[in-house]
Amino acid sequence: MRIPHAILSGVLVISVAACSGTQSGTAPSEAAGGSEIKVGLLHSLSGTMAISEVTVRDAELLAIEEINKAGGVLGKKLVPVVEDGASDWPTFAEKATKLIRQDKVATVFGGWTSASRKAMLPVFERYKALLWYPVQYEGLESSPYIFYTGATTNQQIIPGLDYLKEQGKKKIFLVGSDYVFPRTANKIIKAYAAANGMEILGEEYTPLGHTEYSTLVNKVTQAKPEAVFNTLNGDSNVAFFKQLKSAGATAESMPVLSVSIAEEEVKGIGVDNIAGQPVAWNYYQTTDNPANTAFVKAFKDTYGQDKVTSDPMEAGYNAVYLWAEAAKKAGTVEVEAVKKAAGGIALERPEGLVTIDGETQHMYKTARIGIVQPDGLIKQVWDSGKPIKPDPYLKGYPWASGLAQG
Amino acid sequence: MEALVNQLPIGLSIGAVLLLVALGLTFTFGQMGVINMAHGEFIMAGAYTAFLLQDLLLALPAAFLVAGLMGLILERAAIRHFYGRPLDTLLLTWGVSLVLQQLARDLFGAPNVQVAAPPWLTGAIGILPYNRLFILALAVAGVVAVWAYLGHTRQGRRTQAVVQNRQLAATSGIDTGRVDMLTFFIGSGLAGVAGVALTLIGPVGPALGTYYIVDAFLVVVAGGLGQLRGAVLAAAGLGLLNSYAEFWSDASLAKVIVFAAVIAFLQVRPQGMFVLRSRALT
Repeated sequence: MRIPHAILSGVLVISVAACSGTQSGTAPSEAAGGSEIKVGLLHSLSGTMAISEVTVRDAELLAIEEINKAGGVLGKKLVPVVEDGASDWPTFAEKATKLIRQDKVATVFGGWTSASRKAMLPVFERYKALLWYPVQYEGLESSPYIFYTGATTNQQIIPGLDYLKEQGKKKIFLVGSDYVFPRTANKIIKAYAAANGMEILGEEYTPLGHTEYSTLVNKVTQAKPEAVFNTLNGDSNVAFFKQLKSAGATAESMPVLSVSIAEEEVKGIGVDNIAGQPVAWNYYQTTDNPANTAFVKAFKDTYGQDKVTSDPMEAGYNAVYLWAEAAKKAGTVEVEAVKKAAGGIALERPEGLVTIDGETQHMYKTARIGIVQPDGLIKQVWDSGKPIKPDPYLKGYPWASGLAQG
Repeated sequence: MEALVNQLPIGLSIGAVLLLVALGLTFTFGQMGVINMAHGEFIMAGAYTAFLLQDLLLALPAAFLVAGLMGLILERAAIRHFYGRPLDTLLLTWGVSLVLQQLARDLFGAPNVQVAAPPWLTGAIGILPYNRLFILALAVAGVVAVWAYLGHTRQGRRTQAVVQNRQLAATSGIDTGRVDMLTFFIGSGLAGVAGVALTLIGPVGPALGTYYIVDAFLVVVAGGLGQLRGAVLAAAGLGLLNSYAEFWSDASLAKVIVFAAVIAFLQVRPQGMFVLRSRALT
């Protein structure tokens, strides 16, 4: 009887030792000690969103590589831990937990869709970890554990409306995919229109992945709007623009302003189908700026000369630099210290000067309207002149009061 | 009022797209009873063939061959071992469909690619653009070709014989394995042709097939298995219903209405519009 007990406890001792052995083995690479800092990259590398998110991950990896070449952060090299969110929102939450708890990363850069961000938000708040989210979104959010490096509505949608108003377009038709971003964006657009003497002739939604647009095109052309505000997302844009063009609509007679079509998407839609149409972003590959020239060159040298750079990629690329700058200023990668140090940090980025607003953890960004060119790139035709202060809850716009609740 | 009248040709043209994607399925699902979830990926293969060739008329026969051969390989390598086991076939072909999607992603990249429409398809008659008319014409040509093949060729009659009574056909000296192979080749090839046509109006990417597969099955089920005239009528009916339902409501609700209508219809006629009396693969 005793002998088996002895063996059992011996086995226990050994396995406990083995466990603690592996734990102490990973300790030096944890955020605090060692010569490395782990950072998490969490994007969809498979599934329907891979089309967009892979390019953002590439831009983030490029930034990490550049920072490492320049000496790293606080004398330590950044080591990326890349996870696949698989276009599945619960997977995002699960992988975020894994990056925080198991890999003990200093921060995470990730997400694209609002659904993935909403899925990750409670995880980051619960573990008091840091997420940098790189895509324009519908606003009305300000988590203390998320930094938003893409535009909020007053840096993209409202400037887009200002542009249409300046062009004398008063009758607008709204077309969007059926999910949270287009529906929230259109609520804002309708409030803006009511306050600015614009008329909304129609508001249509189609399911994500919808490809049959002949009925919708018929509705739009019959309504005879002066412009269309397009919040369609993904593959639907290809079908919509192809079918709109073959119905005879032109950018001159009825411009379609899009907020989800960047350089990468133009290629898939086919330049012929979208040339001359306006888009609203904060950055274009053609943005004239020494920092951008360097970014475009570095990206093409790393990933291929036929690659393009787009707004979300640039926002992801910026996120890594902004976090690194905050960590340097804080002297540590500890989350609360980085958060405190981040406010007020201003960097010259490819899109121009980007400043972190400490209060909302959004960025000051310059809004830009561009026209799709026959070569597939986008040429800027209008900008806001200076970086716009982020206002995710649109508190500075009297006509928008009440939107945040509903 | 004008918009309302416009919806009629629009509905028929939606029906033509449905018919084109479903035509191949009337063979593989309708005639052989194989639930081929990879049918959508054969459509995708046709679309990528058009992308590689960038010539619409050349792409049509090429896509037929490419998708047909893919179907042939799938049938010979895997599906034939699962005849009479529809659920296993469903899982098997669903797996194949995922593999093919990822293969397309690796070969051509995740972003959509562009197929240039030929200049002679620019323009419109009334509400219908030339490219829609082209799809309509292609769907009609496809139906005529399938009808002629099944009813008026030796091989087509053998196919029908196997569908109606496999054992008797086999004892009459028909090589049923060969017929299965050929039927699958043609069914998959037709999916390839549909893929070429779809490049005119939709996105060309790895997920292309997934956007059409459900509609294709809907047409075949509503029309009745193995029934060409059923598929034609179901496609036209669903196209028109879709067109008017979306016109009066919106795209999301139109989908609900169409599905509800098909479910209600199948309550009354569980085997679709037309029923084939047969002792088919069970």
